[in-house]
Amino acid sequence: MKYTVLVYETETDFAARTDAKRKDAYWGAYRAYTKALTDAGVMAGGAGLQPPAVGTTLRHRDGKRRVQDGPYAEAKEQLGGYYVLDVPDLDTALEWAARCPSASTGAVEVRPNLS
Amino acid sequence: MDARQAAELAARTSYGRLVAYLAASWRDVARAEDALGDALVAALETWPQSGVPEKPEAWLLSVARRRLIDGARHASVAAATTDALRIVVERAQEEASMDVQFPDERLKLLFVCAHPAIDEGIRTPLMLQTVLGLDAAAIASAFLVSPATMGQRLVRAKTKIRDAGIHFDLPEAHELPERVEAVLEAIYAVYGTSWDDVAGADARRRGLAEEAIYLGRLVVGLLPDEPEAGGLLALMLHCEARRPARRDADGRYVPLTDQDVARWSTPLLKEAEQILHAASRPNRPGRFQLEAAIQSVHAARAATGRTDWDAIALLYEGLLRCAPTIGAHVGHAAALAETRGAAAGLRALDAMPAAVSAYQPYWALRAHLLRAVGRGDDARDAYGRAIGLTEDGAARAFLVAQAAAVR
Repeated sequence: MKYTVLVYETETDFAARTDAKRKDAYWGAYRAYTKALTDAGVMAGGAGLQPPAVGTTLRHRDGKRRVQDGPYAEAKEQLGGYYVLDVPDLDTALEWAARCPSASTGAVEVRPNLS
Repeated sequence: MDARQAAELAARTSYGRLVAYLAASWRDVARAEDALGDALVAALETWPQSGVPEKPEAWLLSVARRRLIDGARHASVAAATTDALRIVVERAQEEASMDVQFPDERLKLLFVCAHPAIDEGIRTPLMLQTVLGLDAAAIASAFLVSPATMGQRLVRAKTKIRDAGIHFDLPEAHELPERVEAVLEAIYAVYGTSWDDVAGADARRRGLAEEAIYLGRLVVGLLPDEPEAGGLLALMLHCEARRPARRDADGRYVPLTDQDVARWSTPLLKEAEQILHAASRPNRPGRFQLEAAIQSVHAARAATGRTDWDAIALLYEGLLRCAPTIGAHVGHAAALAETRGAAAGLRALDAMPAAVSAYQPYWALRAHLLRAVGRGDDARDAYGRAIGLTEDGAARAFLVAQAAAVR
C-alpha cells in the first residue's frame, strides 16, 4: 500500500539548507534517510521542495484570478518535500516517518494515497 | 484539596486496584473500566456539593459496582444518563461509609494482560490502560501507532479477554516462570519506549519511564520471590539514574562511555544495586538480572573511574545463552571491541544473524568500529545507514558529526 509522508519543516530547517555551518548536517541526514528508505525497498517516489517563499499561490474566485507570492497559508511549519512509501501497513509507514529528520524539528504527516 | 483534585488523586492512586478488582469479579475488563469511568464522572459531579467522602476509594468502588449491576440488568452500560447516575450515587453513599475491604487483584490483571492468548504487540498497551489508566492517545504516541488504531486494538483485546474467557487466576506453578516473563517483558517495553527518546524532551514519554518503574515496583511487591522481577526493576533504575547524563549542557547526545559520572543519580544507583543484590540472593539468574548486572558494571565507573569490559563481555555471553536478542549480540560485540580490539568486535558483528538491516545500534557500532580499524569509506557508509535509521534528533546530530570526522 502506498503512503505519502509529508515533510513539514520549520523556518530554521529551511535556513539550515544553505547555512554554511549547518548545511552538511542537514543534507547528510536527509541523504542518509533517503538511502535507508531505498535500501529497505520501500521508496516509491518523492521530491524535495524549495522554500515556501519561492512558491506562488493561485486562486480563481468570481471569475477573477488572484496570484500571490508565497505559500497557501502562513504557518510555522511549511511543506518542505514528500516521500511516497510502498509499505504493507500504516504501522510500518509510521515507523519510517518517525526516522525522517523533520520529525524531531518540525513534523511529518502520513497519508494513505488514493488508490 | 478541592473535590476535583481529590477525585483525580483517588483515580490516580487507586485506578488499577479498582479496575483489577472489578474486572476480576465481573470477568470483563472493558465494562469494569466503563463502570469506573462513570464512577469518576459521578465523583466530579457530586463531590463538590456533598464533600469528598471519607473513603474515596470505597465510594468509587461502590458506584462502579452499582453501574455494573444496573448494566447487567438493563444490558446497556453505555447509556449512562446523569439521572441514573444520581440514583446510583445515592445508594452508594450508604455503602461507602461502611468499611469496605477489597483484595488487590492487580497481579491477576497483569497476568491477564500478558496472557499467551493475547497478541504480544498489544500486551503492553493493555497494561498501561487497565492498570495505570492511561488513555489510548498517550499510549498510541509511545508505540508509534495512530490513536484511532490503538483504540480499536485495545477494544479488540478486551473483547477477546471476555469472549475467550481468560481467567483472572494466578498461573499454576509449572507455567509461572513463562507467564512472569511475559509480564516483565511487557513492563520492560514501557520503559523501552521512553528510553529511545534520548532528548527526554517529550514530557509524556518521560512520564512513561516513571510508569514503568511504578509497575516494576508493583510486581516486585506482588512477587517478592521472583528474582527476575527484581532484576528488571534494578535494570530500569540503573538506566534511569543515567538519564540526566545522556545530554550535555547544550542538549547534545553523550554516549555512555563519555558520560560525566557526576551527573548520574546516586540515590537511584544505590537503590538499583540493593535491589539487584537482593534479587541475586536465591541464585536463580535470568535475563533481566544479567542485563541489570551489565548496567551495574557500567555504574561502578562512578566509584572506580574505569569500566571492567571483561566482566561486561562475560555477562553478555551469559545473556546470549539465555536471551539471544539482537541487542545482546550488539552489546557483546561492543564489549569484545573494548577487550580484544575493534577487529574482534567487527568479527562478532559479521557473525550475527541477518536480521540487522534496520537495527540502528548495529550500524552505529559497526560504523564506529570500521572507523577505528581505518576503513574510512565503509565507516562513512555504515554511519549513513545508522543516521537514516535514527529517530532522535540529538542522536542523529551526534552521528552526523562522527561521520564528518572520518578520514
